[in-house]
Amino acid sequence: MSRVVLPYGDTTGDGAVQLSFTLPVPIGGAAREAARQLCLKMNLENPQVVAMRDLGGGYTFFIVYARATRGVDLDAIHVPEVSAPAWSMQEIDRMVAEKIGRPVRVVGACTGTDAHTVGLDAILNMKGYRGDYGLERYQGFRVWNLGSQVPNEALVAKAQEVEADAVLVSQVVTQKNVHLSNMTGLVDLLEAEGMRDRVLLIAGGPRITHELAVELGFDAGFGPGTLPSQVAAFIVQSLLERQER
Amino acid sequence: MSLTLNIDPARVARARELAGRIVDQVQPFIERHTTTAIERAVVRLFGVEGKGPDEVPLANLVVEALQDGGGLARGAAFWMANACAQTGRTPQQVAEAVAAGDLDLMRLPLLPEAEIRAGAERLARGAVDRIRENRRTRDALINRYGERPAPWLYLIVATGNIYEDVVQAQNAARQGADVIAVIRSTAQSLLDYVPEGATTEGFAGTYATQENFRIMRRALDEVSEELGRYVRLTNYASGLCMPEIAALGALERLDMMLSDSMYGILFRDINPQRTLIDQHFARMIQAEAGIIINTGEDNYLTTADAYEAAHTVLASQFINEQFAHRSGMPDGQIGLGHAFEMDPSLEDGLLYEMADALLSRVCFPNAPLKYMPPTRHMTGDIFFGHVMNALFNLTSVATGQQIHLVGILTEAIHTPYLHDRFLAIENARYLFNNARHFREEFQIVPGGRIERRANEVLARTLGLLEEIAARGLFQAIADGVFAGIRRPADGGKGLDGVLEKDAGYLNPFYDLCLKGGGEA
Repeated sequence: MSRVVLPYGDTTGDGAVQLSFTLPVPIGGAAREAARQLCLKMNLENPQVVAMRDLGGGYTFFIVYARATRGVDLDAIHVPEVSAPAWSMQEIDRMVAEKIGRPVRVVGACTGTDAHTVGLDAILNMKGYRGDYGLERYQGFRVWNLGSQVPNEALVAKAQEVEADAVLVSQVVTQKNVHLSNMTGLVDLLEAEGMRDRVLLIAGGPRITHELAVELGFDAGFGPGTLPSQVAAFIVQSLLERQER
Repeated sequence: MSLTLNIDPARVARARELAGRIVDQVQPFIERHTTTAIERAVVRLFGVEGKGPDEVPLANLVVEALQDGGGLARGAAFWMANACAQTGRTPQQVAEAVAAGDLDLMRLPLLPEAEIRAGAERLARGAVDRIRENRRTRDALINRYGERPAPWLYLIVATGNIYEDVVQAQNAARQGADVIAVIRSTAQSLLDYVPEGATTEGFAGTYATQENFRIMRRALDEVSEELGRYVRLTNYASGLCMPEIAALGALERLDMMLSDSMYGILFRDINPQRTLIDQHFARMIQAEAGIIINTGEDNYLTTADAYEAAHTVLASQFINEQFAHRSGMPDGQIGLGHAFEMDPSLEDGLLYEMADALLSRVCFPNAPLKYMPPTRHMTGDIFFGHVMNALFNLTSVATGQQIHLVGILTEAIHTPYLHDRFLAIENARYLFNNARHFREEFQIVPGGRIERRANEVLARTLGLLEEIAARGLFQAIADGVFAGIRRPADGGKGLDGVLEKDAGYLNPFYDLCLKGGGEA
């Protein structure tokens, strides 16, 4: 049985969506009609331009409400997700102490030109994110946070120097999909150094999904909202699996 | 009557005195040294522009030749002045001859020292005259159009292509921007040279070059005239070329420059010695040019928690102020930075933001404070982000901030779209207009949350400054006092460009700018 869903406004199946966009058209009746017709071409029904603003220079900004007509079948959707157990910091620390017997070494960086360390810091810094402590707080982890704009070469060199168990790469603000080449470049470099199998390679960032990360040759990818303990649990679980092999 | 804090002025004076002591501990070291970047700035101020073989800027070729020949410790001005006098050529012609391999500056016979000094001073005076002329032009334009009410709306363009930047900048000005900043290409701060010419390819920003400065200045002068108000131009003087870019900004009438005494050290891993020596010269030139500097304390709060780390911001502001004073910069040009970065889930967070913003206002009453919008807690939820920006805008106008970097709702998603900028400016103008005289109508409750918070931050600032004064600034930076980042004094990039001045070191700009050698 399929489960088809449509956007929800206030009635099941109403398909309510809101959009905003700019057209290179001077404000006026023609601009409004252009915006409306554009929505019809997007397969939206009953588009209503609720606001139209003059941006100057012959550009107009629109806010539109409309109805989506084509639903999606939930049963036909498959999203690969990282399977990480819901362990607490204490559980993870205990497991590291008992089963690994030494601190897990993690090196993290925002690679390439990315200067935004928010995501990386949320996972690594002592303080953590949303009340979930960062990896630095764990007794079972030693963390090297290399910060922003780290070349892949420097990251690999550090990983080699400290014999890292896991390498964390954060990509937040990127342009023209450069994060993809940054990430594949890192995989290539680790392989060239013969290190790829020795480290867990983990990516994170607002445009990162697990599926994408795996496709690019990473072990895991974490999207926005990820808590440090999820990453910690994934690392420890994976290391334990490798030990057993 | 206007919104203010009841803070013991003696404690503020104490903080200033401690910061002065911290700076004075390193000032003799700074003044004993020069750097390749300072010497290149001198060459550029003498009017040298353009590239030699292999795309290397002439300024680099001249300074490298002197460094290789062991003569740089006397100062590039010494050799250039001698060469100009001996050959009858201009500095540009001398530099071109050096680049072509036709001239070795250190093999020319030397004129008597007094003649070389006089020649160098003449060359430097030409640059200083041009810089002062720029300053008069700016003042005249501002007088003609009238000064804008604070907070000034500061907007960023960053296309990578200077000609596209011009379109964006003029549009932003028409939308209401008072200040336009051209973001530099990523990692330009790590280049040990300033690229030449107009550039059309940059990454997440546009290269700072003398020609790009000129193009944007012309464009903003045009749009200023169209709008009947002076639109200020900003660029970034941080990085390995801080003094050089400051010099170019002075020559091309930039109005503001990012110029922090420690930012490059902490956030770009530039060598601490190099940065402190460079900032002294850079700010001296900026002071002469009437350029308002923007310091980078806001960056501390992108890595550290804003509630916990507010005292590091304030301590750094005091230190930045003292360094700027040592470069002869008056308070009115010291745009100390801070930011609205508290966790939005914090109860009374808005009150604490107001406390911190007011505290900076009270401690630096004459500084054009630069206030940065939320970035750390911008998540991609543009609706929530727009609301956070509204609170930021309110705090800015309510606490008398001067330079207001407009918060954009799509921060953390992409560089601003046309309508993102429109919505952001509209938000700021709404709050500025709607709360225009807020400061005149409200007072802080004595002993209340805001006052207690401000006093607590000041107390922690004093503690931190005491600690830095005891340890010394280099050690404090090495120990990770600022933003939790550790930078040892002999680490980072650019130490190879630091050298001790020779006894006969010549750099006429220090005398002309710092000792009142020219007009007042």
